Amino acid sequence: MQKLLAWFDDRFPLTKVWKEHLAEYYAPKNFNFWYYFGSLALLALVIQILTGIFLTMHYKPDTGLAFASVEYIMRDVDWGWLIRYMHSTGASMFFIVIYLHMFRALLYGSFKGPRELLWIIGMVLYVALMAEAFMGYLLPWGNMSYWGAQVIISLFDAVPLIGPPLAEWVRGDFVISDATLNRFFAFHVVAIPLVLVGLVFVHIVALHKVGSNNPDGVEIKKKKGPDGIPLDGIPFHPYYTVKDTVGVAVFLMVFSAAMFFAPEMGGWFLEHDNFVPANILQTPPDIKPLWYFTPYYSILRANTVNFLWIPAKLWGVTFMGLAIVLFFFLPWLDRSPVKSIRYRGWMYKTALAIFAVNFVILGYLGTKSPQDVSLLLFKNVYWAQIGTILYFAFFLLMPLYTWLDKTKPVPDRVTFK
Amino acid sequence: MSEEGVDPRRRRLLAITTGLGLVGSVYAAVPFVASMAPSARARAAGAPVEVDISKLELGQLLTEEWRGKPVWILRRTPEMLKLLPQVEPQLVDPKSEVTDQQPAYAKNPTRSLKPEIMIVVGICTHLGCSPDKRLAAGPASGLGEDWPGGFFCPCHGSKFDLAGRVFKNVPAPRNLVVPPHMYLSDTRILIGEDKNKGAA
Amino acid sequence: MLFLLAVMPTAAPASGTGVKLDPVDIDLHDKTSLQNGARIFVNYCLSCHSASYMRYNRMGHDLGLSDELVQENLLFAADKVGDLMKAVMPRDDAKKWFGVAPPDLTVISRARGPEWIYTYLRSFYRDDKSPSGWNNTVFPNVAMPHVLYEWQGHQRAVFKTEHGVAKFEKFELQRPGTMGEKQYNDAMRDLTNFMVYLGEPARLVRYRLGILVLIFLAVFLVFAYLLKREYWKDIH
Repeated sequence: MQKLLAWFDDRFPLTKVWKEHLAEYYAPKNFNFWYYFGSLALLALVIQILTGIFLTMHYKPDTGLAFASVEYIMRDVDWGWLIRYMHSTGASMFFIVIYLHMFRALLYGSFKGPRELLWIIGMVLYVALMAEAFMGYLLPWGNMSYWGAQVIISLFDAVPLIGPPLAEWVRGDFVISDATLNRFFAFHVVAIPLVLVGLVFVHIVALHKVGSNNPDGVEIKKKKGPDGIPLDGIPFHPYYTVKDTVGVAVFLMVFSAAMFFAPEMGGWFLEHDNFVPANILQTPPDIKPLWYFTPYYSILRANTVNFLWIPAKLWGVTFMGLAIVLFFFLPWLDRSPVKSIRYRGWMYKTALAIFAVNFVILGYLGTKSPQDVSLLLFKNVYWAQIGTILYFAFFLLMPLYTWLDKTKPVPDRVTFK
Repeated sequence: MSEEGVDPRRRRLLAITTGLGLVGSVYAAVPFVASMAPSARARAAGAPVEVDISKLELGQLLTEEWRGKPVWILRRTPEMLKLLPQVEPQLVDPKSEVTDQQPAYAKNPTRSLKPEIMIVVGICTHLGCSPDKRLAAGPASGLGEDWPGGFFCPCHGSKFDLAGRVFKNVPAPRNLVVPPHMYLSDTRILIGEDKNKGAA
Repeated sequence: MLFLLAVMPTAAPASGTGVKLDPVDIDLHDKTSLQNGARIFVNYCLSCHSASYMRYNRMGHDLGLSDELVQENLLFAADKVGDLMKAVMPRDDAKKWFGVAPPDLTVISRARGPEWIYTYLRSFYRDDKSPSGWNNTVFPNVAMPHVLYEWQGHQRAVFKTEHGVAKFEKFELQRPGTMGEKQYNDAMRDLTNFMVYLGEPARLVRYRLGILVLIFLAVFLVFAYLLKREYWKDIH
């Protein structure tokens, strides 16, 4: 065994990688609940890729066959239903994990220096994941698949000058059609997964270069023992591998509960209108994307007026784009000298709380018709407008309130009980 | 990976957790492996096929499709039947000893339920080509003077006699497969299922 | 997660007409009900509608009917028990007759929900203005005539005008059918029950399998936690 290992090590840095990234990668010892979601995101990606490969064996990317091939998987393929539900539930679970993972970064300032690039890679991953999910959603060729894609691709129409030809180029046709389905299939099963896997690799490499942040926002590398090991660091393996195993077990239980007992999740994971085959002549009563896009969908629909000679539709698209782009600038918008929310003042705490609640409300509104009244008093579109303003205020006012905010002194060492 | 001097409780827990993890992984793999087996659609398409042979004349061969494979049904002439025992010395497995190649009821000198009716799957046991029918004996077959009549695989030159038995010194290792089948009446055959309900 | 389910607003399929949908008791363990539903479905619905993602033998197997029973009693529109459940009437003919092609019903229960189907099946009423002579409160101006009127009889819809809008109030039976109200409701419950099964045959197994998986994961969690605690004794 030792000989075999030596043989490999002469030809491949096996032991070196093992040590650098697991056995001798020193992570802060005070990780809490929020730190499970990094490894869980990796697990979610593996589940999606694995189930995706097996679905691809049976799925047909053809407008005449796609819907039937999904039902074929659900009935005729042995265990096909389970693999399909793993994939559909997995998509939603992936986004739940990613949103919690991102929220963790907002809580503990993980996006701040020296982790700016790590954050940016993560945001690119998030955008790629949204593209992956959006294209994947067309594949079942249900009526919501069709009209959802139709609506979102029509956004390209709003681009000045080249809009309509651009949208046609994206679709490969004048409407969503077989050409669109086929290219989305190619992107969904080949191109974007490659990008995702590559970015995840880079994300981890960048993380291991700068080291993990922690709930205290203390740089553990600043306090090293005589052996050069951070005093507050512990080897990732075995301590965090065993800890993450506990996280994995809990995650799989939640995953299984959803998958076996409520795979449709009341229409949130699998929409009812998507059990009707795509119908070019009949739009579903209200078109809505799946829940993980609805906050942005709300922002897209919030603006209803033309101003500054720019039509409302283009503003909507701009706002939606900006809502995502602003995340990239967080490291520079945040002027606070401390990272963790534990040592920040009331302003950032309040701002983050409002932002989180607002994000959920925008998500809820995105599933509702703008003209209905689903919350209190006002029509949904007015609430969405308030939500959009709050959303942007969180980012645009950040330099101000993080500069004004009174911070508490940050300890030298992490707190650990 | 585990260092020396690990205490026994730790080692025991590690073993149990790893063991459970492995068991779980194996179970989780089952659906994926099983999903690659023939689906209900393939099984439905592979359902037994009924064939009417009332119009099949002496020396005539009928090809039917069963599970996407050609099945040959040949009404052998008395001359053909007479040849069968004569070619036996030239064959690899004249007594049909290899049990997977035919149901028990076809393990006989003519490899069939009724001597004159041959039923075999027309797929060469070498690499899966479908052999040519060279039923006529002699030079007309293009296989030389002493060709007794049978089947010739164009891919790699394997030869089979008129009971689907393979000749010596050809690449194919075994006789052609006799599918499970039964006679529903004198002239109607069900291919793919036999009296033992053994739908293969 | 189950708590989440309870408090979560469900994105339920809307009836679209504001008509209150009646609750229906769905029980996929009730084989008799499923078999009765299957019989009604194959005899009546399958004349015009298809269920073309489903195979007869799969249905038979799940409902506890042998291939022979399926072959003798349910196989009107196909030759083999392994066939898909196609409609008897060719799609183009149906389109000519009704103006629209009758939709495939395999997964309709997942699109509409069982309550909608159950209410729809019981909400046909006589309407002389409609081309078929029938209308439906849940699906106004539906192209489909009331196929089961012999069972249910003819009913008339009573509307009440409120703020200038006609609002459905109740049905009145004009001519009784061969079944009483309770008997008809039970039959429609069986049919709805069957259509819920038809929409997702995996429902028959996924709950039981889910419990086994959760039990296994719970055991795994206990040992994973003990292992974690054991290792973390090192960390001070």
